[in-house]
Amino acid sequence: MPKLDFDVITMGHGSGGLLTHRLLESGVFNLLKNDQLDQQHDGAILNISGPLAFTTDSYVISPIFFPGGDIGELAVNGSVNDLAMCGAIPKYLSLGFILEEGLPMADFWKILVSIKAASERAGVHVVTGDTKVVEKGKGDGIFINTSGIGELHPSARIHYSRIQPGDKIIVSGFVATHGIAIMSQRKGLEFETTIESDTACLNHLVLRLLDRLGEDVHFMRDPTRGGVATVLNEIAGQRRMGVEIKQRLIPVHPQVEGACEMLGLDPLYVANEGLFIAIVEEGAALTALDILRADELGANAAVIGQVVQAHPGQVVIESPIGGRRVVNYLTGEQLPRIC
Amino acid sequence: MKHLTEYRDTALVEEYLQQLRAITTRPWTIMEICGGQTHSLVRNGILDMLPGNITMVHGPGCPVCVTPLGIIDEAIELASRPQVILCSFGDMLRVPGSVRSLLEVKATGGDVRIVYSPLEAVKIAKDNPDREVVFFAVGFETTAPANALAVIQADKMQLKNFSVLASHVLVPPAMEAILSDPECKINGFLAAGHVCTIMGIEEYYPIAEKYKIPIVVTGFEPVDLLQGILMTVQQLENGVHKVENQYTRVVLREGNLAAQKAIQAVFEVSDRSWRGIGMIPQSGYEVKESYSHYSARQKFKLDLQSTQEHSVCISGSIMKGLKKPHDCPAFGKTCKPEHPLGAPMVSSEGACAAYYQYKSSTETVPLA
Repeated sequence: MPKLDFDVITMGHGSGGLLTHRLLESGVFNLLKNDQLDQQHDGAILNISGPLAFTTDSYVISPIFFPGGDIGELAVNGSVNDLAMCGAIPKYLSLGFILEEGLPMADFWKILVSIKAASERAGVHVVTGDTKVVEKGKGDGIFINTSGIGELHPSARIHYSRIQPGDKIIVSGFVATHGIAIMSQRKGLEFETTIESDTACLNHLVLRLLDRLGEDVHFMRDPTRGGVATVLNEIAGQRRMGVEIKQRLIPVHPQVEGACEMLGLDPLYVANEGLFIAIVEEGAALTALDILRADELGANAAVIGQVVQAHPGQVVIESPIGGRRVVNYLTGEQLPRIC
Repeated sequence: MKHLTEYRDTALVEEYLQQLRAITTRPWTIMEICGGQTHSLVRNGILDMLPGNITMVHGPGCPVCVTPLGIIDEAIELASRPQVILCSFGDMLRVPGSVRSLLEVKATGGDVRIVYSPLEAVKIAKDNPDREVVFFAVGFETTAPANALAVIQADKMQLKNFSVLASHVLVPPAMEAILSDPECKINGFLAAGHVCTIMGIEEYYPIAEKYKIPIVVTGFEPVDLLQGILMTVQQLENGVHKVENQYTRVVLREGNLAAQKAIQAVFEVSDRSWRGIGMIPQSGYEVKESYSHYSARQKFKLDLQSTQEHSVCISGSIMKGLKKPHDCPAFGKTCKPEHPLGAPMVSSEGACAAYYQYKSSTETVPLA
């Protein structure tokens, strides 16, 4: 960590004056160094050919440091994954900070270092950014916004309209891990677990999938907020087709399953980070599984069900004992039950 | 998750279903008391797997659903006070009071915190000596011991800024109220496993005898529920009515004596109004006089106003087993989880919410 004038972020760090300059110079620019950022201009000038994917997302997670990651890593992985889900190869990110007065400088530095590491892992460059400071009490330590640009993979054709009856539904790993890791740290709900967030960049894994299967990958989404159930409902609703899944096929880490039982939560609605759902051509499902399982991030990938013509707009799950029920959108937040 | 998978065993489920099909000769209506049982029956698709002549009706055992509007308004009033930190179990937050919910109070600046254990609320009180911490002590006999312990602990720590807003309800008086209704069509009960874990099963003998009705103390997993239903139907088909215990791995005949002692130390039985059902004599717990300085109702001089339910809502008839959620004209139309007209649509354990969430499919398509 470079020597800075203050131990905490002050209003002056957002003034645009000397303190801002020093913070950016010794912190952000130096750490995230690349040709475009080094220009220190108002915006980045980029050389890109062909169709692009463009995405944006804001990160307000609490706590900002959690088992398995922090808000910085999440902000990079989140936008990288959103691009990957479009079938794009992520290239450039913007990085916007809203810092709350009083944020320890050491925390800010730690987050910057983690942004750097995550960008390197994903193979993206942070090419432009912004820093604002708000008064104490008007933020929650740090909020981050990232936008991302990626080049479309030449054989990617990812669209709702490509989903067909018979298509297999694959999840790339354990479900509900991130949400439970975060919940285990929330004030008032602390419980002992070794569960860590699954936050990770998925672009390299997705690239391998697209390289091998190309157009046979009909659709991809990362089930972050709202979890797997929400994405499947969106698919059923958008495409006016049915979705059938089996509970016993859904991979859930035993500790996460235990926490969900204890807290009265349904893993299907719990948030994920380093996880994606792929809807693939029926005949390509086994190859897709092989590709995913060969990678550490996809080691627990599984086919959990399929798209069907029946009950359009509805997601139906077969319970472990063979009963059937509808999986709906969640109303509001999932709240722990009384007993 | 060994102890869960054992009780979700497909082969055992099928075996119980076969036995049920083999012995059932007449239509029977069975009520499961507890909202957790309702939730599990619907979530696992068990209602559609049962023989057609067995009808399950869903009882009043959802604490969120039966907490009267007036007490929710009291909690909301307290949470709106700047000096108060109101601690509550999570699913009470969304329940609408007569004007708004605790979630809305929280959104407009009220200090409302979700806790898992009342002891966490005691800790919050210790850590915030300049604030008043109120725990919204809702639930059946199941949650009463922990709530009593919180009061005992606060007393030991001599905390002056902790109190409980008690809204405890008791199962046996509610069963009697349901059975006394002239329209009651219930032939047998699945008693609530976790309530009996605390209280034991002896208080059900007089009920089984007086009303000539089988009562089977039952657990919550698919295998538990099917075995409980099978045991009830066996009694009905054989013309007997006794108390049986399916949930023997958890429930002792005498219950948990230490837990009962804690309850008796802090609470006393009182009359209680049930949302949707009305006043049932001697059906709740109130904080005892000796601990009255830990009663939020006394401390803040709350005066419970009686409030009106939405006129369309038939939650009372649903919780008495007289009607099903689908019988309500508002169900799924003007009454949905995002805009509940009555409490059974709010909690995930409420019969209406369970039906709305899980049962809108009428198709039966084989899975590939």
